[in-house]
Amino acid sequence: MKESKKTYWKGLEELAQDESFEKYAKKEFPEYLPVNLQKGGFDEDEGSSRRDFLKLMGFGVAAASLAACEAPVRKAIPYLNKPVDIDPGIPNYYASTYVNSGNYCSIVVKTREGRPIKIEGNTLSPVTKGCVDAQVEASVLSLYDDARLKKPFLSGEPSSWSEIDKDMIDKLRSISSSGDKICLVSNTILSPTTKTVIADFQKKFSNVQHIVYDTYSSDGIKLAHNNLFGKPILPSFDFGKADVIVSFAADFLGTWISPIEFTHQYIQNRKLGDGKKTMSRHYHFEANLSLTGANADHRIKVKPSQEGLVVAQLYNFLAKKAGAPGYNISKVDIGFIEKAGNELWSKRGKSLVVSGSNDPSVQTVVARINDLLGNYGKTIDINTPVNYRQGNDGQFADFIKDLQGGRVGAVIFINANPVYNHPQGSDIASGLEKVKLKVSTSDRMNETAVLCDIVAPDNHFMESWDDSEPKPGYYSLTQPVIRTLFDTRQMQESLLTWSGNSESYFDYLRNSWKNKFYDKDDSELGFQTFWDQVLYDGVYKHVTPQETATGNDENSTDEPLAIIEDLSAQFLEINKNYKADNNGFELVLYQKVGLGDGGVQANNPWLQEMPDPITKSTWDNYATMSLTDAKSLGVVMSAEGDTNYVNITLEGKTIKLPVLIQPGQAARTIGIALGYGRTHAGKVGDKVGVNAYPLASVSKGVIKYTVHEGVDLAIDSEKTKIARTQTHQTIMGRHIIQESTLDAYQKDPSAGRVHPKIATSEGFKAPQKITLWKGHDYNNHHWGLIIDMNSCTGCSACIVACQAENNIPVVGKQEVLNRREMHWIRIDRYYSSNEPDEGLGKIQTLRSLEEPSDNPEVTFQPMMCQHCNNAPCETVCPVAATTHSSEGLNQMTYNRCIGTRYCANNCPYKVRRFNWFKYHDNDQFAEANPSMNSNLGKMVLNPDVTVRSRGVMEKCSLCVQRIQAGKLKAKKENRRLVDGEITTACTNSCPADAMIFGDMNDPNSKISKALKIKAKDKTNVEVGEPRAYHVLEELNVNPNVFYLTKIRNKSSEGEEA
Amino acid sequence: MAEKKINDHMRRLLHPKALKLFFTLVLSIFIFQSAISQDAAASGEIPTDEESIAAGKALFQELCTVCHAVDRKVVGPALMNVYERRDLPWIIAFVKNSQRVIASGDPYAVALYNEYNKTQMNNFDYLSDEEIINIIAYVKDATENPATPAVAAGEDAGAPSAGTAGEGGIPSQYLTAILVGLLVVLVIILGVLVLIISVLTRYLKEKKQLDEVDQELLGQKLEFGKFFTSSGFLGVLVFLFAAIAFKSVIDGLYNIGVQQNYEPTQPIAFSHALHAGEYEIDCNYCHTGVMKSKNANIPSANICMNCHGQILTESSEIAKIYEALDYDKTTQTYGPNQKPIEWIRIHNLPDLAYFNHAQHVNVGGIECQTCHGEIQEMVVVKQHSNLTMGWCIDCHRQTEIKTVGNKYYDQLVELHEASNKEQLKVKDIGGLECSKCHY
Repeated sequence: MKESKKTYWKGLEELAQDESFEKYAKKEFPEYLPVNLQKGGFDEDEGSSRRDFLKLMGFGVAAASLAACEAPVRKAIPYLNKPVDIDPGIPNYYASTYVNSGNYCSIVVKTREGRPIKIEGNTLSPVTKGCVDAQVEASVLSLYDDARLKKPFLSGEPSSWSEIDKDMIDKLRSISSSGDKICLVSNTILSPTTKTVIADFQKKFSNVQHIVYDTYSSDGIKLAHNNLFGKPILPSFDFGKADVIVSFAADFLGTWISPIEFTHQYIQNRKLGDGKKTMSRHYHFEANLSLTGANADHRIKVKPSQEGLVVAQLYNFLAKKAGAPGYNISKVDIGFIEKAGNELWSKRGKSLVVSGSNDPSVQTVVARINDLLGNYGKTIDINTPVNYRQGNDGQFADFIKDLQGGRVGAVIFINANPVYNHPQGSDIASGLEKVKLKVSTSDRMNETAVLCDIVAPDNHFMESWDDSEPKPGYYSLTQPVIRTLFDTRQMQESLLTWSGNSESYFDYLRNSWKNKFYDKDDSELGFQTFWDQVLYDGVYKHVTPQETATGNDENSTDEPLAIIEDLSAQFLEINKNYKADNNGFELVLYQKVGLGDGGVQANNPWLQEMPDPITKSTWDNYATMSLTDAKSLGVVMSAEGDTNYVNITLEGKTIKLPVLIQPGQAARTIGIALGYGRTHAGKVGDKVGVNAYPLASVSKGVIKYTVHEGVDLAIDSEKTKIARTQTHQTIMGRHIIQESTLDAYQKDPSAGRVHPKIATSEGFKAPQKITLWKGHDYNNHHWGLIIDMNSCTGCSACIVACQAENNIPVVGKQEVLNRREMHWIRIDRYYSSNEPDEGLGKIQTLRSLEEPSDNPEVTFQPMMCQHCNNAPCETVCPVAATTHSSEGLNQMTYNRCIGTRYCANNCPYKVRRFNWFKYHDNDQFAEANPSMNSNLGKMVLNPDVTVRSRGVMEKCSLCVQRIQAGKLKAKKENRRLVDGEITTACTNSCPADAMIFGDMNDPNSKISKALKIKAKDKTNVEVGEPRAYHVLEELNVNPNVFYLTKIRNKSSEGEEA
Repeated sequence: MAEKKINDHMRRLLHPKALKLFFTLVLSIFIFQSAISQDAAASGEIPTDEESIAAGKALFQELCTVCHAVDRKVVGPALMNVYERRDLPWIIAFVKNSQRVIASGDPYAVALYNEYNKTQMNNFDYLSDEEIINIIAYVKDATENPATPAVAAGEDAGAPSAGTAGEGGIPSQYLTAILVGLLVVLVIILGVLVLIISVLTRYLKEKKQLDEVDQELLGQKLEFGKFFTSSGFLGVLVFLFAAIAFKSVIDGLYNIGVQQNYEPTQPIAFSHALHAGEYEIDCNYCHTGVMKSKNANIPSANICMNCHGQILTESSEIAKIYEALDYDKTTQTYGPNQKPIEWIRIHNLPDLAYFNHAQHVNVGGIECQTCHGEIQEMVVVKQHSNLTMGWCIDCHRQTEIKTVGNKYYDQLVELHEASNKEQLKVKDIGGLECSKCHY
């Protein structure tokens, strides 16, 4: 078998053989760790002396003996009247729904002693199907956010609800009678019952307008569908049914519309094995390297100023085939259009074209392309439009005009923060001065709320009742899982009170459900049963009588036909707005997978410290720039994160950002993440990065997130650092990633696999054959994990899930810079390029890869403790703090560890994490790590997992607490474990099902079947699955974690369009 | 009706000691009576075989003990001789659905209902007739052979344990006495020997025909001063001192955080000796988590109220529960000003150790007493075991796993027996591994 000659590199620093990179490449821990840096400099003269030592020693002995004298009295305080369904020590699970300005996820909340501590996906949901993403996983920490308001505020002073209500009702009455406009401003509201509450409010006061905008607008798609079909809707997409996917900068796996759903769909048609030997082909045209672009089979760089032309060109190509009219368009040569077009045409009805643009003309052309391809009714469903983005940019623009014209008497911001997250935030701020009554229901004093007279803080969604309707007919309920922590009130209840309805929102909701969905009989008992069932399931699919009549809840009844076939107007627009040969710098404003729009997420340290899947940076936003541009501007980036600031000026507005050199970035484009630069988010999120919303613009009634011209760049001489987790450990050219292409896989399923051989006196042997190890007996269970690199999209939900499950501390930017992040699971992102010329030396080989780094292939590899059977860490621990279990786990015992760090040095995977500091109850980390430093934050900790202290090593335990709990449950029920009963936090959170955890001793388990285990003995598990491999197999550490090769759907011959 | 009278008496005699005395009296009368009336009773229908009695006992303990005892009134009446008071069909009907019997106007049932402040008995309609008869069989058995509790009731509460000490080796208090005795004997022997030596020396000195060497030998004096200053002696002394000091320091260090015999005064003087010992209330009844959760749970106050809503309502200790719950005796409702009871936690494991009661009690079938000592005899609870890791591990080394009837272990037992003659122990399935308790 031909050995792959591809070389992988973790960053440009490795390619460039950067001096500092080389320095750290061979060391895990940098020398002379600046321990005291945080406290303002390290002074050598002030080092400890012998006297200090004696003093401390004496004090230590005295303290120890004092401590030994009397143990503290601990109290045990039981319930007075124990609730029936709470048993201390046993978790309860409640189905609920996560909704955050249009982002939707059906979830199950795990609570312990009444405290929500973890979120899992709700597998009963037909919409999200048990999947979650990083933001959903992290939302449990936002519940315990100290920045949440603890009381309502009246004119900036803490007040009471009765005063607020009185003031509010009086003022609303007078404004309403004066005939001034009352505006309710919100983001997308998914709850039908909340909408009726708003309708009630509108009925009560005359002249009330409800204005909806989205923090990342998709209005363009709705306008396009209005243009074509006369329906201003956002259709459902099904990426799973598509064999060919073409995306124009729609980051559907990361941030676009409903990434949780799309990831799950997308991956269905990307999985291989079990006789399935085909997968979808994915073309991606974009300027920034997005998460979706990184997963594409072919990624083509397109500048934003060319995007419209490229879409138009694809239309012309397909129109010719379909016999539809073509239009004149400026030619832009970027390749792959014809190839993609041909494949789309051959897969009519089984393909999908999407665009992330908010330009209605581009979206109209995209919709027409899908129409030509017959995708409507197949991969696109306009009969089941989604409600995720209901914002109306035009309506909002009018609202701003009204504000400035002084035509608005009262504004109520329903959990919306447009001063921060709307491009015209400053206009809104100035316009608000003319408004008599300004109210916000924000849960914190955000940028908008500080300008308001009344702040009536809303509950966290885990303290609230609500329903949501992500798609017509698909409902789900949000139920409170904890009593309100502070003196807050649900926004809906506030609105009800203000419109004179004293009913609680729970009653209102329940009654509205009874009227809407329960028509069987009038009995309260019958409805209660129905209600309890829906509450238990968390989701409800409402079948309308018509659907029942036709016996068809699918949509195939009417094939939508384009109403307008003439696209000349759109092409005129595109020709006007897009250019083939723009020379100036262009901006792309995007959302990050972690922070999203920067709402409550901004003050969530888990999300701030979650490395961006692509750039691997934390705690910052930056200007991504291609290597060629950086060179021409004279920016150099080191492995330590040193970089220059750049001043970006647009229409008089200047923002200063660090430069991040990003392979795959289209030349002359700059990517800037939204969601940063908060000033009123809370201690964690304030002053992190720079707000890029003002750079977006509103043109022709829609928000534009790209800037094609007028951008001035000036490199600042000032240097800064970006805290990245990326280049800490290198792979040194080893076969860590094993990958192949689909055609090679179809011929030989083991394509891409590397079988290392070790030279012995008896010739070359497989590493498993030569060992000093005796192996282990696994009589009971033998836990294992498979990671399918073909499925992993790099979305990082697992990182946050692991953090929540295992009480992993957040360390803050400085400590990430010091290479001391604590995540137990990391997702290594490797760039790769095509095979270099043969016969070059290693350094030349690496250097020769510099050219293709322009647009590299990307592979994601989740990496955590591999639970080696021949574990190198175990042999070097002088105190036997890390040992092997009889179930195949590599155990880490914190109370035994003395912190020599030998294990970390001996770990070939570099997955062990050392506690350099006491991260809990330590003022130094109070801001970055609130979940261990305040009584409020500590409520999120998992009581089954120890909070580690300073000086001990830690690492992935394969969620041993879950394993133990699962085993105990089986034992209590006198039975053997059922496969799938125990999952690890990462496996459970994965929206792509890229991980399989299970018992390899059970021949019927999913993992045994996936690995096709042929034989097992003490030293080895013989695996029949040709794609399965161990990372660093040549070391024969024999891990219990298996990886499946990455297969790209491209031809093995270097193909060009 | 004798029983009715007894119940009336009982209501007045609230003090436990008085109760005990009274019971002993009553019991002896009953035993006497039942011996006479054996023929007369409808004993033909009530089984007397051990199997039925055992089955009945199990059911009784599971279902009835919450409110009933054989020999005394708890929440409901004492069940002694109930089979003589009423016939079996009546009892079965009453157990299955007491309200129906009362509603039917049965005068006995109505009287009983009124007598017990209209406290409803739970319906046990899921029990078969046979099961109820088994329970009666047990009641009958317990009536006729009033076992230990009746005997113990006559004795002083503290006494019974002392008698059992002599069985397994020498008790420790005797051991010390014996050692001291031996030491005294040794000292006496030493004294006698010294005396003999001095007598002999004096005798030899008086003899004149001794040669030089003997003279010298005789003239030798035991110079204590020299002996005490000799380096050998000092060396031994220093070594002994150092060794003892070292040992005590090490022992002291090992005992840091070990709170064996910790016996704090609790805010409410709850006696396990009374509840678990004398009244034999099942541990599960109050410690609700012990079979299902990691925590055994300190009982919530509402569990106390199950009984103490009716019993001993005037006690000053019970008043503390009422105060905590803001309980109004007249309306029998909990008020809004509740204050949690702050018990002092006795068994404190460090946070780094994970312990699960369900694993040990439910799966492992370990008795509470194994770790908590003779809890049913403790008036004030104290920490019985030292709760050190060595103590845990020792037990894991020795304890055999309760594998019978648990399908989880089937495959393991099979594999184990193939290679090993000993029973499967906790240590054989990883009971000594770190991650079983530390994670």
